[in-house]
Amino acid sequence: MLSRVANSIYWLGRYLERAENYARFIDVNFNLMLDLPPDLKEQWEPLVFATGDGQLYTSKHKGFDRKEVIYFLTFDTDNPNSIISSISFARENARVIRENLTKETWEKLNELYHFVQKRAGKKDWNREDPRVFFESVKNQILLLYGLSESTVARTEGWYFRQLGLYLERADKTSRILDVKYHMLLPSPNMVGTPLDFLHWTALLKSVTAFNTYRRLYGTIEPDKVISLLLLNKYFPRSVFFCLIEAENCLNKITGGLNGGVRNSAENEIGALRSKLEFADVNEIIHDGLHEYIDDLQVKINRISNKIDANFFQIKDNFTSQHSIQE
Amino acid sequence: MDTNQYQIGQNYDEMFAEEGKCRTHYQDFLNILGKTSSKRMSHLQFSANKTQVAMGMTFNVYHDNQGTEKILHLDIVPRIIPNKEWAKLEAGLKQRIHALNLFLQDIYNDRKILKDKVVPEDLILNSKDYLEPCIGLTPPKGIWCHITGTDLVRDKNGEYYILEDNLRCPSGVSYMLESREIIKRAYPDLFNQLGVMPVSDYPAKLLKMLQFLSNKTNPVVGVLTPGIYNSAYFEHSYLALQMGVELVSGVDLITKNNKVYMQTTKGLEQIDVLYRRIDDTFLDPLAFNPKSMLGIPGLFEAYKAGNIAMANAPGTGVADDKAVYAYVPRIIKYYLDEEPILNNVPTYLCREEKDRNYVLENIEQLVVKETNAAGGYGMLIGPKASKEEHDKFRRLIKDNPTNYIAQPTLSLSTVPTLTDEGLQGRHVDLRPYILYGEEIEVIPGALTRVALTKGSLVVNSSQGGGSKDTWVLYK
Repeated sequence: MLSRVANSIYWLGRYLERAENYARFIDVNFNLMLDLPPDLKEQWEPLVFATGDGQLYTSKHKGFDRKEVIYFLTFDTDNPNSIISSISFARENARVIRENLTKETWEKLNELYHFVQKRAGKKDWNREDPRVFFESVKNQILLLYGLSESTVARTEGWYFRQLGLYLERADKTSRILDVKYHMLLPSPNMVGTPLDFLHWTALLKSVTAFNTYRRLYGTIEPDKVISLLLLNKYFPRSVFFCLIEAENCLNKITGGLNGGVRNSAENEIGALRSKLEFADVNEIIHDGLHEYIDDLQVKINRISNKIDANFFQIKDNFTSQHSIQE
Repeated sequence: MDTNQYQIGQNYDEMFAEEGKCRTHYQDFLNILGKTSSKRMSHLQFSANKTQVAMGMTFNVYHDNQGTEKILHLDIVPRIIPNKEWAKLEAGLKQRIHALNLFLQDIYNDRKILKDKVVPEDLILNSKDYLEPCIGLTPPKGIWCHITGTDLVRDKNGEYYILEDNLRCPSGVSYMLESREIIKRAYPDLFNQLGVMPVSDYPAKLLKMLQFLSNKTNPVVGVLTPGIYNSAYFEHSYLALQMGVELVSGVDLITKNNKVYMQTTKGLEQIDVLYRRIDDTFLDPLAFNPKSMLGIPGLFEAYKAGNIAMANAPGTGVADDKAVYAYVPRIIKYYLDEEPILNNVPTYLCREEKDRNYVLENIEQLVVKETNAAGGYGMLIGPKASKEEHDKFRRLIKDNPTNYIAQPTLSLSTVPTLTDEGLQGRHVDLRPYILYGEEIEVIPGALTRVALTKGSLVVNSSQGGGSKDTWVLYK
């Protein structure tokens, strides 16, 4: 597969997943605010900081007004991570490799793009309940996933796309967890109160994990929520699960362990995966969850850079074998 | 939908012989039309447009900073061509391509036709499209113009005329293919009933032709695109997808030991045939335009060494120059000793004094064209232009006569077209596609371009033209 094409497919996977997660972020915060006692102020600031877009936001806005934050995370084209930017980038990537996508995939993605563009063009985008919009974005992306799942051949391109998807999801799940760090309780002794409980519930709901959590762990307790979102082996949005999947994709691409030789991307991802495999949740909390999450994000970025160096920038390494034709 | 109100203008109408009298090959379609309400027609038109947007069948408009993506409006009333008419077109096009290919081989090698003074030597050798690096070259299998999209029009009597040969990188074939899919959805029953020849096997034929150019049993083929900002990008990616080959751009390719390789995730892989959609002089900065960012350094050397085939071969542009066009009937006669089957439009060469004087005196009645511009740019339509424009072109011609030709204003035929005021006649041209591989084959279909503005003769997509599906009948 062409390096340029692999690169585009990888980023197509990342941008779609990013857009889907942003839709989840906003949707859940919106729901949470509906449940708050009337004397509490809405908190939209945590969302902006957890997504890592805080600096850009504060340069453009004074306060953290709901409408402004939602606009910034959804329709602001200055924000390179907003839903509209992510979907436009996903479509641009798809457009340059259209010959590598199934017809349905391209058409549905194109529809999604026009859907978001149209809404962004409306002055009163805020008039209707925005949750309907976010639900629709999410569903359209899930439809794309479903289409691919049942129509795309499991060749190299598929694995590059899944690799992008899982790395992005690992990053975003860690950020969703980080929202809780930024989400201030009115006073420290409110830990464990119904309000605290509401926050954790909202987090779980944002990744569609609430019911799963109930079944696996029972009552809501912070360490267990963290366990599910970071370390669980079975839940498809946990960071650990995503890393296992991403590592599998890499192995499929390279053909697996070639006599024990791994490339630097495989090394990085293997190291991070095993770190999580043997991690203890109480230690993580003790050492500081926010710091742990920060470190995770740095390492995921490093993996992405190694993938870039190993597959998208390479030139000459296998020439001798491949120039022999037929 | 009522067609009684339909008015025929001064020109040949493809559907109606006279008011109220439908030509036989349109009768079945007229019957369907009679049973379809105007509302239903508008709805069909609306869904056709919507489908195009959903499919991303868009092109980028040059000289337009804002609207980067537009659809080429597809009118849902088809252009229908009976088989007998088509058979003549087919024979004429084959003859023409055959002769033009011999011409290209000759002018880059023996130059017999120049020595015999059938075509003036300076017209060819001084042409900026006559590529010096190609001198002495014979491309793989001796084929220069593998893919041609010849433009034709019809005069008042319905006679076909060749307008342009388009031997470089003719575009639009993807619209022919996708339009057919959309129109099929609009009139599902009609296709069976009417016996419309299919065009859908074009990508397979194109691939077969490209593979034929290599001596390997299983050659690697790619479509070379200038990239996403090119107005025909949709087509490039569409054809690569339909053929199941790689779509490559300059950055994907490198040359080494006179071979061309693609950069893949597993290292370098040799590529054997390129369907290139980059202009000649941008192909290789070492051989041609040194400023080209799109090209691949060393590509031309690899081509000369016979390690890569390209379609179309570099250098074909010289033969579709608008001045050379005037000589094509003589070119056919010279190489094939046959009378041309299809007419040329009478052409005045401003390089020749007698013709030039005629043009300067009669510019109001003529269409003046730059010899090497495309897309309807650099063109004057005398009867529609102002006095200032006439004077401007008189000046341009006097300053640089070799750069201009003139032709009588053609009366393009009309086809009923759905407008806000019901069905109205709009002017059309015809672009069939011809493949030259093991043999020369004319695809039974075409891109019909239609000037959507009332009375307009400019059909170019970049200037407000739309398209129509073109049905060639079995009968």
